[in-house]
Amino acid sequence: MEDDLRELYQEVILDHGKNPRNFARPQNANYEANGNNPLCGDKLTIFVKLGADNIIEDAGFDGRGCAISIASASMMTDIVKGRSIEQVDILFGIFHRMCTGEDISEVPSEFEDDIDKLMVMSGVKQFPMRVKCATLGWHAMQAAVRGDEIASSE
Amino acid sequence: MVFETKNKISSNINDYNIDSIRDDFPALSLECNGHPLAFLDSGASAQKPSKVLERMDHAYRNEYANVHRGAYTLSQQATDNYENARKTVADFMNAKSTDEIIFTRNVTSAINLVAHSYGRNFLKAGDEVVISHMEHHANIVPWQLLRDAVGIELKIAPIDDAGNFLLDDFEKLLGPKTKLVAITHVSNVLGTIVPIKKIVQLAKKVDAKVLIDGCQGIVHEGVDVQSLDADFYAFTGHKLYGPSGIGVLWGKLDLLNAMPPYEGGGDMIEIVTFEKSTFRDAPARFEAGTPPIIEAVGLAAAIDYITSIGVNNIATHENHMLEYATSCLAEIDGLRIIGNADKKIGIISFELDDIHPHDISTIIDSKGVAVRAGHHCAQPLMERYGVPATTRASFGMYTSEGDIDQLADALKYAKGIFG
Repeated sequence: MEDDLRELYQEVILDHGKNPRNFARPQNANYEANGNNPLCGDKLTIFVKLGADNIIEDAGFDGRGCAISIASASMMTDIVKGRSIEQVDILFGIFHRMCTGEDISEVPSEFEDDIDKLMVMSGVKQFPMRVKCATLGWHAMQAAVRGDEIASSE
Repeated sequence: MVFETKNKISSNINDYNIDSIRDDFPALSLECNGHPLAFLDSGASAQKPSKVLERMDHAYRNEYANVHRGAYTLSQQATDNYENARKTVADFMNAKSTDEIIFTRNVTSAINLVAHSYGRNFLKAGDEVVISHMEHHANIVPWQLLRDAVGIELKIAPIDDAGNFLLDDFEKLLGPKTKLVAITHVSNVLGTIVPIKKIVQLAKKVDAKVLIDGCQGIVHEGVDVQSLDADFYAFTGHKLYGPSGIGVLWGKLDLLNAMPPYEGGGDMIEIVTFEKSTFRDAPARFEAGTPPIIEAVGLAAAIDYITSIGVNNIATHENHMLEYATSCLAEIDGLRIIGNADKKIGIISFELDDIHPHDISTIIDSKGVAVRAGHHCAQPLMERYGVPATTRASFGMYTSEGDIDQLADALKYAKGIFG
């Protein structure tokens, strides 16, 4: 149990949790959405600057949440920059499978580096109650680029 | 063990043998992640003593049939059990009559019953309902639904920073438009014991009815509804060491019988034709359909158990645990207790540095400590204190100093992880 815990709360996550990257609204952001976890009251807002060709030119976020949800949103906002909406959907699909402990052995090569970075979050699979924390930012990101205002982890 | 002697507060009160009480609760001997379970979430739901589990098991095996229906022996026995449970509850609350005891699913359904049946028939647009800033969502949302349906106004009685209910400010909210006051007996987040007797007295001056949410209160203080003189008092079985799936609404009998049914169905009618139905008096009027039969038996067993230990003895023990825990936690650097009311029960909500409560809860779970993390179904109160969530340790009749030491050590471990 304590090994699982140390894997979940490893340095990289604690660092992103304490010093989140992209923790602001980017200038010229043209899409945003709130992510709410109604179970715990955590709220994140994701901001996106989406280019004409559906490429995410910039991304940021703010809000309050646990170390897991903040670290996940922090890493996500780094990784999605330069990606298309469709690519973000695929990335989230793989990330979600990683968090729930499903098979992710067949990652398309173009996403391998990103998934390697996200692997630090994979410890969450030992804590089913916390999977929603890890995916909250991603749900909100998808809502933002689709033009929805609110995403819920439920 | 970190706090060995300095904070030791004796719990050897008369006839209170904590070890033997703990032995009565099978769940307390569980192991959790390689550690003894320190169950500090009784405010969400309490563990059950063997006497409750065995009584329910026995009733399912030997005394089970539907109630109020058959003319056969087993059904008569089940009906007797169910109605005897009503008597046990009535005696426990000192109700004037067993007819004043309505079995519901939980407190939420009890409050919704009043909001619908009383609220929609006796209140009108412009009437005012007063609640407090520290209500559970179950005592907020039903009144908002009523507001949207009939146009009542909702007034919020304030609290101070320590979490004390402000009686003077409450009194200022009362006036000729005040028709109902719905207030919690004890805050599920802050532990504040609300001066409900004084609230009832003030509300009576303006002829307002009073509903008390006794979810936490009856567990730690008990209640005498005749002395209190409120109009409704609701509590739930599962926080009182009984089963989930059963709650109680006590109401004054003339008021209950003036209220129309909330749910329609079997058991609550006198005569049904396709043109018209007539309804029985309380409590049957408000118990449509097959009720929680064995849950009622379990609730009565829980009340018998509590009564055998003594409500006052339990309260004294829990006060000792509150004092002990408050002093233990005060020694942890960066720990801030939210809720320091003059009178409170064994509930401690807190923040620890800037570690999110969910992270705390996950980490101390690895040390066998079970606490609640979140908004505790009291989001307006979280807003009041400017926090999205808190960690909450809540105590019961079986909480020991060992549980609290384990909590304190686990919190230090969590601090270590976050550096």
